[in-house]
Amino acid sequence: MNRVISRPEKWGIYYRQILIEIETLGIQSIGIVIIISIFMGAVVTLQTRYNLENPLIPMYLIGLTARDTMLLEFSSTIVGLILAGKVGSNIASEIGHMRITEQIDALEIMGVNSASYLIQPKLIATVIFNPILTLISMFVGVFGGWLASVVTGALTSSDYIYGIQYWFVPFYVVYSLVKTVVFAIIITTVPAYFGYFVKGGALEVGRASTKGVVSSSILILLFNVILTQLLLA
Amino acid sequence: MIRVENISKSFNNERVLEDISVTFEEGKTNLIIGQSGSGKTVLIKCIIGLHEVSEGNVFFHDRNMTAMSVKERQILRREMGNLFQGSALFDSLTVEQNIKFPLDMFTNFTTGEKKKRVDFCLDRVHLQRVNDLYPAELSGGMQKRAAIARAIVQNPRYLFCDEPNSGLDPITSIVINDLISDITHEYNMTTVINTHDMNSVMEIGEKVIFIYRGVKEWEGSKDNILIASDENKNLNDFVFASNMAKKLKEKS
Repeated sequence: MNRVISRPEKWGIYYRQILIEIETLGIQSIGIVIIISIFMGAVVTLQTRYNLENPLIPMYLIGLTARDTMLLEFSSTIVGLILAGKVGSNIASEIGHMRITEQIDALEIMGVNSASYLIQPKLIATVIFNPILTLISMFVGVFGGWLASVVTGALTSSDYIYGIQYWFVPFYVVYSLVKTVVFAIIITTVPAYFGYFVKGGALEVGRASTKGVVSSSILILLFNVILTQLLLA
Repeated sequence: MIRVENISKSFNNERVLEDISVTFEEGKTNLIIGQSGSGKTVLIKCIIGLHEVSEGNVFFHDRNMTAMSVKERQILRREMGNLFQGSALFDSLTVEQNIKFPLDMFTNFTTGEKKKRVDFCLDRVHLQRVNDLYPAELSGGMQKRAAIARAIVQNPRYLFCDEPNSGLDPITSIVINDLISDITHEYNMTTVINTHDMNSVMEIGEKVIFIYRGVKEWEGSKDNILIASDENKNLNDFVFASNMAKKLKEKS
């Protein structure tokens, strides 16, 4: 970890790498985040509606439930788990492939700190961009709930819109973004560790990728509990 | 000049190199030969510092690398060029970007100066019109030449080549050998080549050391390796391993 966060040999090169990683790890993940968030927002809204039989409970609470589910849990944790699969396997296999084809050794012999050069830009890129993905997920998920309400007639548009504005706690967004930053660190460093220290051939790279994804997913769930206790209790 | 003093290396209590001492001379092609698994690659990795030695020292012009910090080693390594067995070109970069990479990282050259240097190095290894191609689009021989161009782009004092002919046909192997030899003499580099190809030994083996099961068994040159093999069974078995070599020996 010391080698990863050490001072870059040349800032210009790292800056260029960060932009490339933002494109690869962040911008290329927008599509999947939008698709999953819109469907999840819709499903949460519909399930809440079909489980609310009591006529005394106002309909606008469905909008509130959808909003808070997206803000508190889905947009940070579930998106984090999905990115652990997509981005984590990408990082572990890329670095693992570089290890077994001696590209990392080539960097070392050139006098480049390979751990820093390969991992630091990815870490910075995900820490910067994953909160943006989370914010996108929040908006799109809430929109997905509205869409499902209107299309299925589960509740009126005005009820839903009133519900998503009702008793809004801004700290929930902060809480979600704090979690996202911690998850971004896990999503990058854990698979990178497994990729960087892989030994053997293509089969081992595949195993490292799986181990990276599984380990980072478990760590995300663990830190989700810890951060929830620390920030919301 | 690189001086290796009494180095040994163990992995999990298993001795892979045993008390090896040798001096690799400047302006010469120094070859490390031996069977697969004899410890050649471990020796070269110990010299470069990719493996920590268990015992002994490695001096680069009287600078003891084994006593250096990680940062000091990084600075020393900027004086090294390396040709890997699989070329180790960066897949995601074009040939030009690969060769330019060390210049981007460690020099303040202008874009024009870098381009000029890259073109000079590509020309030196007889590669033209490949600047914008990716490594996967090159043949094995072209990849090796591109890797040599990257290795020499910063005018290194030391050049390390791990199995430079592996996977190449005999004619391309000769081209690569000649190229390494010419560059070594032209820039007065200390070149260390790890190989089990006897053709390479007979072509460019100005200094040769033979490793057998982690022990240095013999040291000499291409001029006396055939005579020496009469007195050293392990060396003889290695030198005359192929049927063609055996028949040539019988005829002579």
